[in-house]
Amino acid sequence: MMDACGIDSPEALFAHLPEAARLSRPLELPAGISEYEIVEYFRQRAAENANGYASFLGAGVYNHFRPVLVDAVASRGEFLTSYTPYQAEISQGTLTAIFEFQTMICQLTGMDVANASMYDGSTAVPEAAMMAVRATGKGRVLVAKSVHPEYREVLATYAKNQGMPVAEFGYGAESGNLDLEDLERQMDSLTGAVIIQTPNFFGIVERVKAAAEIAHRHGALLIVVFTEAVSLGLLEPPADADIVAGELQSFAISPSYGGPYAGIIATKEKYIRQMPGRLVGQTTDSRGNRAFCLTLSTREQHIRREKATSNICTNQALIALMATVFMTVYGKQGLRELAEQNLAKAHYLAGKWKPRFSGKFFNEFVVRAEGKSPGEINKALLKKKIVGGLPLGRFYPELADSMLLCATEMTKRADMDALAEVLA
Amino acid sequence: MYPENFRYTKEHEWILVEGDTGTIGITDHAQEELGDIVYVDVPKVGARVERGKSLGSVESVKAVSDVYSPVGGEVTAVNETLADAPETLNRDPHGAGWLVKVRLSAPAEILELMTAADYRKYVEAEK
Repeated sequence: MMDACGIDSPEALFAHLPEAARLSRPLELPAGISEYEIVEYFRQRAAENANGYASFLGAGVYNHFRPVLVDAVASRGEFLTSYTPYQAEISQGTLTAIFEFQTMICQLTGMDVANASMYDGSTAVPEAAMMAVRATGKGRVLVAKSVHPEYREVLATYAKNQGMPVAEFGYGAESGNLDLEDLERQMDSLTGAVIIQTPNFFGIVERVKAAAEIAHRHGALLIVVFTEAVSLGLLEPPADADIVAGELQSFAISPSYGGPYAGIIATKEKYIRQMPGRLVGQTTDSRGNRAFCLTLSTREQHIRREKATSNICTNQALIALMATVFMTVYGKQGLRELAEQNLAKAHYLAGKWKPRFSGKFFNEFVVRAEGKSPGEINKALLKKKIVGGLPLGRFYPELADSMLLCATEMTKRADMDALAEVLA
Repeated sequence: MYPENFRYTKEHEWILVEGDTGTIGITDHAQEELGDIVYVDVPKVGARVERGKSLGSVESVKAVSDVYSPVGGEVTAVNETLADAPETLNRDPHGAGWLVKVRLSAPAEILELMTAADYRKYVEAEK
């Protein structure tokens, strides 16, 4: 190889770099180890995972069953090895899958159009806010405190550099629902977006229609966020929203630290040109056959440079495909039954205490830890191989005595009873 | 082809001044070059526009092009019909396909723009 390159040592490849910028000693790396040793190393590390533990964590990441068909389809080379298409039309299979994804997201959300996916739910939220600001010409954003706290942090990061003032409105101390009076009080003529989440961070189902009415009366758009996509199998689609932004982790994407997950943005047809990201459309080819194409790319960075609607110029192709297979496997009826199981299990669990909030909830709810702190309770639970709920003090100082518990179709009755014993 | 009472820019916009108001559009040559126009983005009534700065954009199946304002002023009307029928810009660029009306802040600016005869020559030379 060095002969072919016309050099006499690998160092010659770096000769053009200044001496001071080059490392003059070998890298401090351990000696090579065999394949067997590597496999053994990872086997040991994997054994350190909390295998065999029951978990009651939700809060934006949910433990749902992954049908085996998901990996069977997603691991096909045609999907697994391809990036989101740029020379799009030669990849009809990928485009077909994305088109089906978009169609199903529209059916679930009650929107007219969905894009090919976003990085995750947290980045979909500021993108939706920027859409609303572009569409209304009004730069201020009002977000509910009951929207996922980390999503609000990502929103703040984007907003800071967009010159987009963000204010928050509260939740009812009794109900856990949106404080609509606070929303009304804080609305003004400069607000272009109102952001709510349903089910909200406390698991409570929100009054979308009432929030939409207030937003629209003041000339703002309503953005509805979801973190638990399974809830869409049972709840009325948030069709009163102007934009829906959410996270699809619940649809066959393994809970893993840092992702990758997949987000969505869906909207009404009249805002289609403000929507970021890729969009696949259906068309007819020169021979009259049905075909798929990337459409409205003039909103995108690779066509429109600095005038693009967003810096996202890609999508979560493979992860969105997993969600597509999941939605296909379950179907409308299956997703409804899955959601009903979640609802039933969470309400069985909640029956053991009085939840802190009176609002109607889906598969998560807040409980007050009586006597002990949430941290102490979780420590006691770990001894019983149970990962407890999320202590809320980290995000909501006023709820420092409370934790957020989640039950899904995967939660076993015996574990729920064991949890109840420790919490009692 | 190019009305004598219009003035023209090098970026292929036209302006027709009546009183203190100018009607602005893109020229027949511009629509021809762009191809089928699918979307028109215009400012809101009341917006300020500056001479030589973008006042909106025209999107065809091929590209998005900025429309530069030939004059400075305040937008007094926008052609709402283009939202549903952007093809009007291809059909009648010098008439029904107008984009915006602007109240001129410095009417003398239009004297620096090309006349129809100048613009015809300019387009010929560009070909």
